[in-house]
Amino acid sequence: MGRTLAEKVWDDHVVRRAEGEPDLLYIDLHLVHEVTSPQAFDGLRKSGRTVRRTDLTIATEDHNTPTLDIDKPIADPVSRTQLETLRKNCAEFGVRLHSLGDDEQGVVHVVGPQLGLTQPGTTVVCGDSHTSTHGAFGALAFGIGTSQVEHVLATQTLPMAPFRTMAVTVLGELPDGVTAKDLILAIIARIGTGGGQGYVIEYRGEAVEKLSMEARMTMCNMSIEAGARAGMVAPDETTFAYLKGRPHAPEGAEWDEAVAYWRTLRTDDDAVFDHEVVIDAAELAPFVTWGTNPGQGAPLSAAVPDPASYADPSERLAAEKALEYMGLEPGRRLRDIAIDTVFVGSCTNGRIEDLRSAAAVLDGRRVADGVRMLVVPGSVRVALQAVAEGLDKVFTAAGAEWRHAGCSMCLGMNPDQLSPGERCASTSNRNFEGRQGKGGRTHLVSPQVAAASAVTGRLASPADLAAVPTPAEV
Amino acid sequence: MEAFTTHTGRAVPLRRSNVDTDQIIPAHWLKKVTRDGFEDGLFEAWRKDPEFALNRPAHRGATVLIAGPDFGTGSSREHAVWALQNYGFKAVISPRFADIFRGNSLKNGLLTVMLPQETVEELWQRVEADPDVEITVDLVAREVRAEDVTAPFELDENARWRLLEGLDDISITLKNEDAIAEFETRRPTHKPLTTQVS
Repeated sequence: MGRTLAEKVWDDHVVRRAEGEPDLLYIDLHLVHEVTSPQAFDGLRKSGRTVRRTDLTIATEDHNTPTLDIDKPIADPVSRTQLETLRKNCAEFGVRLHSLGDDEQGVVHVVGPQLGLTQPGTTVVCGDSHTSTHGAFGALAFGIGTSQVEHVLATQTLPMAPFRTMAVTVLGELPDGVTAKDLILAIIARIGTGGGQGYVIEYRGEAVEKLSMEARMTMCNMSIEAGARAGMVAPDETTFAYLKGRPHAPEGAEWDEAVAYWRTLRTDDDAVFDHEVVIDAAELAPFVTWGTNPGQGAPLSAAVPDPASYADPSERLAAEKALEYMGLEPGRRLRDIAIDTVFVGSCTNGRIEDLRSAAAVLDGRRVADGVRMLVVPGSVRVALQAVAEGLDKVFTAAGAEWRHAGCSMCLGMNPDQLSPGERCASTSNRNFEGRQGKGGRTHLVSPQVAAASAVTGRLASPADLAAVPTPAEV
Repeated sequence: MEAFTTHTGRAVPLRRSNVDTDQIIPAHWLKKVTRDGFEDGLFEAWRKDPEFALNRPAHRGATVLIAGPDFGTGSSREHAVWALQNYGFKAVISPRFADIFRGNSLKNGLLTVMLPQETVEELWQRVEADPDVEITVDLVAREVRAEDVTAPFELDENARWRLLEGLDDISITLKNEDAIAEFETRRPTHKPLTTQVS
């Protein structure tokens, strides 16, 4: 019987297989950041172990880093200690680190792909659940806990129980104005936050094949929000074109050898998935969340649902609690929800294409009075590119704040946070209670919806905006 | 890791689904660089409500948490497991756990037990009727017992063995160092290295 993409990558990394034991898998790339690594390095020190493969390990600073005044000492002493701990650990164990102020610094899941380190058919891990992002390249990439971070540092392997496989096939083409973010939010709403539990999802079908690499990253990034450990897309010409010429991409004969291997990384026609979901792209529309988990979402044209409409008692209770926290009542049109904050950024939507699409909406328009809009590029490289294209000027001319790269308001470990009761249209990945700041309320949206919402002060799509007057009309 | 064989203690009923790791331990606690001292951050936002289950005097000193489905969703933060353990929990019961949280818990000796929703409901009712009811989580017999309820649970044999023996995963893996080294000789040369390129 044929094998799926995920099974092929898995099989190519089995170091040891024994009856009744998890497979021991080799890890090709280990990404490290300041939050989930200190206790792991400590563990190595306590047991007198070293990092087995410093040449397969790379670290960056992202979760705690400020997005303003980055040349000044970090104000929060606890954040400062955590960053200093990473610097000390990387120096002691010989791990390459891109610190705040470095041109390669940024959100770990933006940095890996842009350096060309994330490649098809590799295994990628990081002490961060959004490691699923890297599956966009046809890598088997998953988030791990700190004990596993220590395990990979010490052994470059992980004992893993096998996954089940799920195909999510998106038929047809995405309608105009519908993005990868809308698609993944619709998928999560369909299968639920636990629907992917135990699975590796392979996204396939015409709509997926037509997505750019960055859009595929947005989609794979939120696989974890459906409970899946990983999401993958089979590598194709789009993947190869993205990788070619990047700093760590193979060159010359090795490039040819790599591409020949990458072309084999497709699910065989006779392979069988453990579960299949089919989505009709034509039915999709801009999608936003109304609740406190990423599965609680609906098309922008819909209204807040009535908890009483849920048959399942635990879902009903969850919806009741979500509406209470979000300060919303059933039947309220999503387009009537006023927001006071807009966040564009994160490992989900902090890449150059995201910034371009938000800027295209804001060009010639103004952020509504009383709305604060933060634009936080996913990495310094993304920021430099945006500046070269003049996007920063578009954002600041519209009244948005142009910030330095980092995780920022996605999880508010740095000073970028919501105040209690503030309501945010956010391009990030989690609308959990308090995620963006104590008492803050989050609506997950695409960059286009974020920018349009900034202009109207309510949840909106670009189609809701009045046309920008042409110079002749002014 | 501390071994887990069997544990008996009082329980806290947490009637919520989708308890994500941001609720278990909020992000600002993640700046600590140790594995201890997280107990005050556990469910920090919810504990501001005096009616929250953990705040009820009757549940003080409880060591078993009984939660709704999809416990531990979201972030990979192992701090969520440490916070539960630092507070004093030895086991968590839920109809379904998020994968990464479950993996983290078993690596730290916090036993996560999956039981059907109906059984969780029965346990909730027993504990809500009498907070002094003792719950036994028996990994040897692979069952949970409370008053008249006896519920078997599944856990794969390898994970169970590691917990019962309190084994350190890294030591087990390093016994296969020859196999790892041999695998490395077979890795294709086109695979990327993180070594800085000019």
